[in-house]
Amino acid sequence: MPDIVRRPFFSIIALVIAIFALAPLWGNDVDLRESLVLAAVYITLASNLNLMLGYTGYVNFGSVVFFGLGGYICVWLVSAHDWPLGWSLLAAGLGVSALAFVFGAGILRLRGHFFALATIGIVEAVQAFASNFDPWGGASGIYLSTEVFAPLGGPRRALWVIYFAMIAVMGLSLYLSYAIKTSKFGLGLLAIGQNEDAAAILGVPTPRYKALVYSASAFLPAIAGGLYFFKSAFIQPTDAFDLTLSTEAIVIAMLGGQGTVTGVAFGAYLYEQLRGYLLTSDTFSHFQLVIAGALLLIIVLFFPSGLMGWLYARFPRLQRVLE
Amino acid sequence: MLGFIASVIDGVLVGLVYGLAAMGITLIWGVMDVINLTHGTMIVAGMFALYLLTSAFGISPYVTLLPALAGGFVVGVALYWIAVHRMVGRPPLMSLLSTFSVNLVLIGVATGVWGTVLFNVEVSVPGLTLGRYTFPGVHIVAAVLAAVIAAGLYFFLRRTRLGKAVRAVANNREAAELVGVPTTQVLSVAFGFGVSLACVSGVLIGTLFPFTILTGDSYLLKSFIVTVLGGFGNPVGALIGGLALGVLEGAVTPFVPVSWTLVIEFVLFVLVLIAFPGGVFMRRSRAL
Amino acid sequence: MSAILELDRVGKRFGGLQAVRDLSFQVREGEIVGLIGPNGAGKSTLFNLVNGVFAPDTGRILFDGADITGAKPYDIARKGLARTHQIVQPLTNLTVVQNCMVGACFGRNNLSLAASRAAAREAVAVAGLEDRADMLALHLTIAGKKRLELARALAAQPRLLLLDEVLAGLNPTEVEHMIGVIRRIRQRGVTIVIIEHLMQAIMNLSDRIVVLSSGAKLAEGLPAEVSQNADVIEAYLGDPKLAAELQGVA
Repeated sequence: MPDIVRRPFFSIIALVIAIFALAPLWGNDVDLRESLVLAAVYITLASNLNLMLGYTGYVNFGSVVFFGLGGYICVWLVSAHDWPLGWSLLAAGLGVSALAFVFGAGILRLRGHFFALATIGIVEAVQAFASNFDPWGGASGIYLSTEVFAPLGGPRRALWVIYFAMIAVMGLSLYLSYAIKTSKFGLGLLAIGQNEDAAAILGVPTPRYKALVYSASAFLPAIAGGLYFFKSAFIQPTDAFDLTLSTEAIVIAMLGGQGTVTGVAFGAYLYEQLRGYLLTSDTFSHFQLVIAGALLLIIVLFFPSGLMGWLYARFPRLQRVLE
Repeated sequence: MLGFIASVIDGVLVGLVYGLAAMGITLIWGVMDVINLTHGTMIVAGMFALYLLTSAFGISPYVTLLPALAGGFVVGVALYWIAVHRMVGRPPLMSLLSTFSVNLVLIGVATGVWGTVLFNVEVSVPGLTLGRYTFPGVHIVAAVLAAVIAAGLYFFLRRTRLGKAVRAVANNREAAELVGVPTTQVLSVAFGFGVSLACVSGVLIGTLFPFTILTGDSYLLKSFIVTVLGGFGNPVGALIGGLALGVLEGAVTPFVPVSWTLVIEFVLFVLVLIAFPGGVFMRRSRAL
Repeated sequence: MSAILELDRVGKRFGGLQAVRDLSFQVREGEIVGLIGPNGAGKSTLFNLVNGVFAPDTGRILFDGADITGAKPYDIARKGLARTHQIVQPLTNLTVVQNCMVGACFGRNNLSLAASRAAAREAVAVAGLEDRADMLALHLTIAGKKRLELARALAAQPRLLLLDEVLAGLNPTEVEHMIGVIRRIRQRGVTIVIIEHLMQAIMNLSDRIVVLSSGAKLAEGLPAEVSQNADVIEAYLGDPKLAAELQGVA
């Protein structure tokens, strides 16, 4: 894709990645690093979710299932089979993508609404499975001993390595979003999103494209999950398959502007700020959902194109530079 | 073997209640092509109504059906105007997200107030004993009531003027409007009924099983499975689908720990979808 | 000239209605075949069967010698068959050029994104939409949307083009323009099958006419022959306006 490299947006993404990478290094700021890891997770989940949501218009309520399954596969390979982290991450990514392709082919026969409901069902079912599957520790989950950090140079250094790996995953997600959007595959996806039947008649191989994008949207979140739970050295069903996370990813994608690449980064930043500001005490932790819900309702009712949509309407020239 | 049959029969009873719950979702979908994602939470609301009214006022559990029906209707109409009215006719994504967001708010507020504690309502109804097997009285009563309410819905749709207006709008909204049917009011009424069906089935399920605020999701999923089995938009199909699910659960529970049931149901559901993309019984038949 | 499209005893039933029954005919390469018949005769259903939206219950459909009975619409499009719809189906939030690029990318020649842009612009020019090329499809007038349907189908560089009432709802000037466009398309070697109710137009455009009534083929032949055919006139008697038009053309 040499053409893409020359476009300005490519450099903008590179700049964002650089900022993420360098900021905590300045003064060895561990707190900043930890909050940026979380931001990177959100951006990864939201931009991969956007591949389906923004382009084909199919909403995947259960995108967290990729994150959780990726986490489980990685942690299990590391703890039960002594695999090195790198290979476990790759296996997690490929494994979850393959599963997504197979399941996707089935549930993507459902149109709009029903696909969305099925994705909620998948999370419920996979969570139930993980809670009962003994090799994965059932409801208690899997613990990693600190020895697993040894190959990375010890626990403190490992956290930095994982941080940079997460930034890389985030960057790849943004690039993937951009690459797809500007490709023939992306045009086909957009056509599906506008009018699926007309797209099929025009020659877009709709079932295959939908399954491919669903599968593609699973790969990086799975790796992110692997990194995240490896870092926590602990994974259990309720954390791994928390619907709140995919909900927040949806809010972020919609807030920023579905179908835009920049929107996701902005949306994540805004949402993080909002959330941090409101989570002042424990009693408000459940209100996290209320805020997310109210915000989403307002966006859907009054600002369906999100922040970037609003900006593009005001400043059309922006669209030539940003995506 | 007899134990297996007894379990299946029990499943039929519970299945009727699942069918009733599914009717709530299927009615709304059939009339306005919107999936009400607050459905699961509304079922839990019914359960809560049962719990609160019986513990605060000590009234008989089955009497709470009436406030649940009425209250559910009012809430449903309000929900329609808040989140759904502007979404009718827009891409499915939008109505999904709007009902989803309202659901988030409801769950958030509810867990904030009540937490995720387990609630249980004790209802004592004498069971029916045949040989060595006792069918719990609550199951029988719930099944009978579900059937009665379902029959009531059928009667409403077929015999009353408003019911016919609902079917007209479901069939062809523009045509209905042309002949003078006040479509917006009909849509809001239909939504109201869909939600009250959810609440009412919630009351019935509350007499059968314990619940927390979060069990709504699993009933949403079950309603969805039932809808797929029975054909979208078709209330009679919902009942049949409910029976099928109930029978499946009855057949599976003697052999498998309860927590696996959901997994099995879901896997079967996906397989059914792959084999019958439009639902088992009818290909998008608007047989309201 | 060989048969580019062949229908062999094709039948389709929807519930209680036999929409198409035992239909057979051929379209030779380079022809313009007009498909006429009273409302409900099964014309659009026929198009839907040919381009894969429905699979026929009986019979076979052959495109360029290959059996496409029951094939999926996207596979058929790849083979070089394109169609327009009676009720326009624009990709609303994409521009005119983007709409055509979809056609070009996923049509017969499977063009890359860059090459499709050129093909799209060309199709836009043929259809006369250059002045609105970068406008969102959403903002086009109905006439504009009809031209877009045509441009998009053209951009796929098809060998066979199915036009479904592409003149309906246009004023006389627009009709003239469209007829010119259709003739130019044929000159490029595209075979066309056209459904139309404007008798003058379709009789003038077509090399041959096939008449459908109640799902079956009623008559087939040169326009002059068909318009004199007693059965055809009788079929249209239920629609006096069309019958008059038919006789007016004879």
